[in-house]
Amino acid sequence: MTFQGTDFFRLDELYTEEELMVRDSVREFVDEQIVPIIEDHYMKGTFPMELVEKLGNLGMFGIKTSEKYGGAGANYTTYGLAMQELERGDSGVRSFASVQNSLVMYPIETYANEEKKQEWLPKLASGKAIGCFGLTEPDHGSNPSGMLTTAKKIDGGYLLNGAKMWITNGSLADVAVVWAKLDGRITGFLVEKGMKGFSAPEMKNKHSLRASVTSELIFQDVEVPEINRLNVDGLKGPLSCLTQARYGIAYGAIGAAMQVYESSINYAKSRIQFDKPIAGFQLVQDKLVHIFDEISKAQLIAYRVGRLMESGNFKPEHISFAKRNNVKMALESCRIAREVHGANGILNEYPIMRHANNLESVYTYEGTHDIHTLILGQHITGIPAFK
Amino acid sequence: MNILVCVSRVPDTAAKIKVAGDNKSVETAGVKFILNPYDEYALEEAIQLQESKGGELTVLTVAGDEATDVLRTALAMGADKAIHVKANQLEKDSFYVANNIANVAKELNPDIIFLGKQSIDFDSFQISSLLGGLLDLPSVDVVSSINYADGSITGEKDIEGGKESFETSLPAIISVQKGIKEPRYPKLPQIMKAKQKPIEVKEAIETPLRTEILEMTLPEKARAGKILTGSDADIDELVRLLHEDAKVI
Repeated sequence: MTFQGTDFFRLDELYTEEELMVRDSVREFVDEQIVPIIEDHYMKGTFPMELVEKLGNLGMFGIKTSEKYGGAGANYTTYGLAMQELERGDSGVRSFASVQNSLVMYPIETYANEEKKQEWLPKLASGKAIGCFGLTEPDHGSNPSGMLTTAKKIDGGYLLNGAKMWITNGSLADVAVVWAKLDGRITGFLVEKGMKGFSAPEMKNKHSLRASVTSELIFQDVEVPEINRLNVDGLKGPLSCLTQARYGIAYGAIGAAMQVYESSINYAKSRIQFDKPIAGFQLVQDKLVHIFDEISKAQLIAYRVGRLMESGNFKPEHISFAKRNNVKMALESCRIAREVHGANGILNEYPIMRHANNLESVYTYEGTHDIHTLILGQHITGIPAFK
Repeated sequence: MNILVCVSRVPDTAAKIKVAGDNKSVETAGVKFILNPYDEYALEEAIQLQESKGGELTVLTVAGDEATDVLRTALAMGADKAIHVKANQLEKDSFYVANNIANVAKELNPDIIFLGKQSIDFDSFQISSLLGGLLDLPSVDVVSSINYADGSITGEKDIEGGKESFETSLPAIISVQKGIKEPRYPKLPQIMKAKQKPIEVKEAIETPLRTEILEMTLPEKARAGKILTGSDADIDELVRLLHEDAKVI
């Protein structure tokens, strides 16, 4: 049975035929190709590499990238709905696609040299190449401006030194979009696998995003040719990429919440205690309604932000609002869903704990929940609290 | 090769079906509709045939305005163009649909016509045989594999408890069984391109219906089970219930 989704406010009436067709196609793919294998990968702590080519074939990489570089040239809403469905499968798989689309293909298409666009984008779109994004450092997370990674001008290029941490896809990547300070200004570079002095050891022993590869990136006198430098100056370079990715996360979180909601409804209706389904008890209905309520509101936010992005008439604060609200509601939904499932909720027979643990990471990556709070705090008071 | 695939729009397999107020039709409000799953197999067979032999792949439906979505899905999977025969009358029996397909097929002159072995809404199993009669062409049902040669095909079809091998000349009508080829997921770039592919609209030939639906009813709900305690004393009661209540002995 295909997943039916939750659509209390009939948003399907507002999506276009193509947008719904993409969503339904990814939905079916997730049910048939991701859901059956993901728990096993999660328990083993392995990324499902077998999905990369299939996802590429489905058109899940370069969703917004221009057709001339092998992308689909679709709009923000289509991208959002695809992320929603992928995250219904697993946040790790969605993270893989978010990085490939928003943090790698977006900056390459927007800021890289034409030759580099032609070299990398078609390969990234098909899944034949994998990318990663190196901004966060061991001691600089919420404050990327303090980064210690440096680039020094040398004859014909740049010399990179430093280290990045918490990099999704790092050890798998053929190309890394790396941000470093050149004469004190943040600048982007494409660092390619095999460049001397570049290594990407995987970070192990995670309790969250276990079906996703997280790595360090280490640069020891890595020589990067001039042509690999991105044409953007300052913090707005990486932030423009994060804006894209955070928007996708706002949609993605809804997918995770819908999956645990569906499981909760089914469980509550079939679990009998005191001679009736627990769905018939007031306290359980309160929990179910809470999740349903939050999902329905989050859908309206995601839809509106997507349309604002398509019109170009959006502020980064809109994206902070959406990411902050939707990830929090998804994480809370998982915790409540766990209660509805009772002891069964901790088993991997149900998707609850996997999504809950994944969302603990999503809650603090791509701008922590707190930093997004402060962005909105500054927006409404005019006073920045983080400076 | 000139290929025609006939598709229909049916309620999702997971949809909860309710009978409408007239007791003769299905309530469509709130029901998700999909491309008939057996037609997806037919389409995949046709797409792979076109990929290997070339030619043009046309998809056709006989339905009301609402069926554009399944035609777009078929175009996104790989069909080149679509024909939407607009059926104005609400009730359509198999003859009505087959007659309209045959009418278009006479113009298109396809080398092969594919369709699913049945549509999962009314399960009439009649279209392929009716088409064979109306077009005076060979018609093979429930086909599970096909090999293509010049001007003819060989293959296998499912029969009760086994397989039957067949050979037929082309043009021919082939209704396919589940699993003949695994249908592809519509890919994002193809979905984007599908909106540029043409959907030709034709008015249906309004033929009088040859069958009439008198009434539709949902299957009776399974009765709640009875659990006996499992002691020897229950044996007499069990026999009595099987005899008088369940009436199986």
